[in-house]
Amino acid sequence: MTEWVVETRDLTKRYGNVVAVDRLNLRVAPGEVFGMLGPNGSGKTTTILMLLGLTEPTSGIVRVMGLDPARRPLSVKARVGYIPDQVGFYDDLTARENLIYIAKLNGIPRADAYRRIDEVLERMGLTEVADRPVATYSRGMRQRLGVAEVLLKRPALIIMDEPTLGLDPEAARDFLGIIRDLKAQGITILIASHLLHQVQAVCDRVGLFHRGQMVLEGTVEQLARQVLAGGYRVHVETAGTPSSILEALRRVPDVTKVEQTGPDRYVVEGHRDLRGEVARAVVEVGGYLRSLHLEEPSLDDVYARYFQEVEHGGGS
Amino acid sequence: MAAEVEVRRVREGSPWTGLWAVVTKEMADYLTGVRMQILEALIVLTAAGTVFAAAENLRTTVGQDRFLFLRLFTVQYEPLPAFVGFLAFLVPLIAIALTFDTVNGEFNRRTMSRVLAQPIYRDALLFGKFLAGLFTLALVLMAIWLLVFGLGLVRLGVPPGGEEVARSLWFLLATVFYGGVWMALALLFSVQFRQPATAALSAIAVWLFFAVFWSMIANLLASVLFPMRYGLVQEVLAQSQAALTLARFSPITLYTEIALALLTPSVRAFGLLLPMQLEGWILGAPLPLRQSLLLVWPQLTGLIAITVLLFAVSYISFQRQEIRA
Repeated sequence: MTEWVVETRDLTKRYGNVVAVDRLNLRVAPGEVFGMLGPNGSGKTTTILMLLGLTEPTSGIVRVMGLDPARRPLSVKARVGYIPDQVGFYDDLTARENLIYIAKLNGIPRADAYRRIDEVLERMGLTEVADRPVATYSRGMRQRLGVAEVLLKRPALIIMDEPTLGLDPEAARDFLGIIRDLKAQGITILIASHLLHQVQAVCDRVGLFHRGQMVLEGTVEQLARQVLAGGYRVHVETAGTPSSILEALRRVPDVTKVEQTGPDRYVVEGHRDLRGEVARAVVEVGGYLRSLHLEEPSLDDVYARYFQEVEHGGGS
Repeated sequence: MAAEVEVRRVREGSPWTGLWAVVTKEMADYLTGVRMQILEALIVLTAAGTVFAAAENLRTTVGQDRFLFLRLFTVQYEPLPAFVGFLAFLVPLIAIALTFDTVNGEFNRRTMSRVLAQPIYRDALLFGKFLAGLFTLALVLMAIWLLVFGLGLVRLGVPPGGEEVARSLWFLLATVFYGGVWMALALLFSVQFRQPATAALSAIAVWLFFAVFWSMIANLLASVLFPMRYGLVQEVLAQSQAALTLARFSPITLYTEIALALLTPSVRAFGLLLPMQLEGWILGAPLPLRQSLLLVWPQLTGLIAITVLLFAVSYISFQRQEIRA
C-alpha cells in the first residue's frame, strides 16, 4: 500500500437526517497539491474538520499520515497545519505575540520558537510589521500570517479552506506563489475552494464535490476530457470575410461544431487542436486572419457543464 | 483495513497539554485589558473608601477590641456600606465581566478553529480560560487584601494578630470561590450563546435575580409552605428554617454567612434559635478559628460545589460543540 498523506474510506458524516459527507474516498499523495472543489455546503469543510479530528465521523475510516485523527489527535495536529476560512487572529496582539502563543501551544522550546518565528515572518515578508497589532493588517497580510503560523510547526501537510477568498487580485496571485513555494519545499497541500481559476493554477489534482460526494477526480485535463468530451475550442477573428467562411470552417476535418459569436468572430470545436487547419481554411476562402486562439480546457467549463448536467439529467 | 481499526479507547497524551500556555496568555489579556483596568479602579476606590471610613471610626475604640483588623472589613460607617457588602456586590460583577465573552469571543474573532487545530485538547482551552480568570481574580483580591491591611496599619497604628491574618486569608479564599461561581456561570453562558451581549445579559440577569429577588421569594415561599396558623413557636421556627434553607440556594447567602462567621468570631450559629438552645453558651465570646471554619464548612464546600458543577456543564457543552469558525 502506498503511504498516502490523506486517505479516507467510505467516510460519512451525518447531522441528523442531513448527510454532510457521503461515503467519501479521498486520497492525497505526498508532495501533491490537491484541490477540493464544490459549491458551499458540499461537504468540504466538514471533511477538513474530520481530517483534523475536530469532528468525529459517523462512519468510515480516516487516516492522516497513517494515523487516525480521532484517536491520535495530538500527533496529527502537530504535523498538520490548518488555515481556516477567513483566518482570525487576536487583533490587539502583534503578529509576533500571536505566533508566540501558537508556538507555546505546540510546545516548541522558547529559544527555538523565537528563531523559528523570525524565520517564518521573514519568509512571509512580514518582518517589518511583525510588532504591529494584527488589527492593522490587510486581508492579504493576515492570510500570509496564517501561513507563517502553520509553518511554525514545520508541517508535512497544510490544509487551506478558501485561502484566496476576499483577496484582491494581486494578493491572490502572491498567495498562489506562496503555495507553489510550499509545494517546492515538499509540503503536501489540500485546498478547499470554489474559486476555480486559482485552484486550476496551482493544483496537481482536483476533486469535484457535490452533496457530500466526490463526483469527479483527476487532473484538470482528465476532468475536461471526461466532462467536456474532449472539447478543444478555437477562437477565430477575421476581417473582410466572405459569407462562405462558415461553410469552409465546417468542412475542416474533425470539426464538431462551428459557431458565430459576433461579426467576424467564430468558435470552432473539435477533438484536437485544429488551429493550423482553421488558419488554412480562412486564408483559402480569401479571408484575413486576425487572431487565432486555443482555449485551454478550464475548470470553469468543467464545473459549469457538470452542474448543468446534474440539474438537467437528475444526477448522473 | 478493518484489521487496522484501533480498539484503543484511550486518548493520546495528556488533556492538559498546552494548559499553561492558555493560562498565561489569557491572564496577560485580562491584566492588560481596559476592562480589567476599569474594574480594578472601581474596586480599589471602594476598598480604600470603605476601609478608610471604617478605620476612622475604629480609631476611637483601639485597644478595646481583640479583632480590630477584622472589623475593618465589617464595620459600616454611614452612608457607606461595609467593605464586605461591597465585595459581595462587586465580585460577581468582576467575575462576569471577565469571562462572559471568553469562548464566544474566540468564535467571533474566528480564532477558535485555528487554536483547536494546534496539538491541544479542548479541555486545556476551557480549563485554561477558567483558571486564568480565577487567578486574575485572586490576584486582584490579594492586592486589595494587602491594601486593607496596609491602610489599617497606618490608620490604626497596631499590628494585626496571627488569628486575624488567618481568618482574613480564609475569607479571601472564600471570596475567590464566590467569584468562581459567577465566573463559571458566565463561562457557561459564553459557551452557550454565540453573542457576547446575550451571554453578559443572561449572567447579569441571574446575578440580579439572586441579589435582589431571591431573598423575597425565599420568604414568600416559606410563608406559603409553612403558614402561621396558630402562632405556635414551632410554626415560627419551621417557617424561618425553611426561609433560611431556601435562601441558601443563593451563592450570595452562602458567601454572606461565610463572611459573617469568619470576620466576626463571636458568631456561633445562623438563623433563629430558641433560648434553650443557647444554654451553656458564653455569649459574645469569640470562637476559635477552627470552630468558625466548622460552622461555615458546608457553605464553603457549597460554593466550591456550585463552581465545579457549573464548570462541568460548560465543559460538556463545549466538548459537544461544532467547531466551524
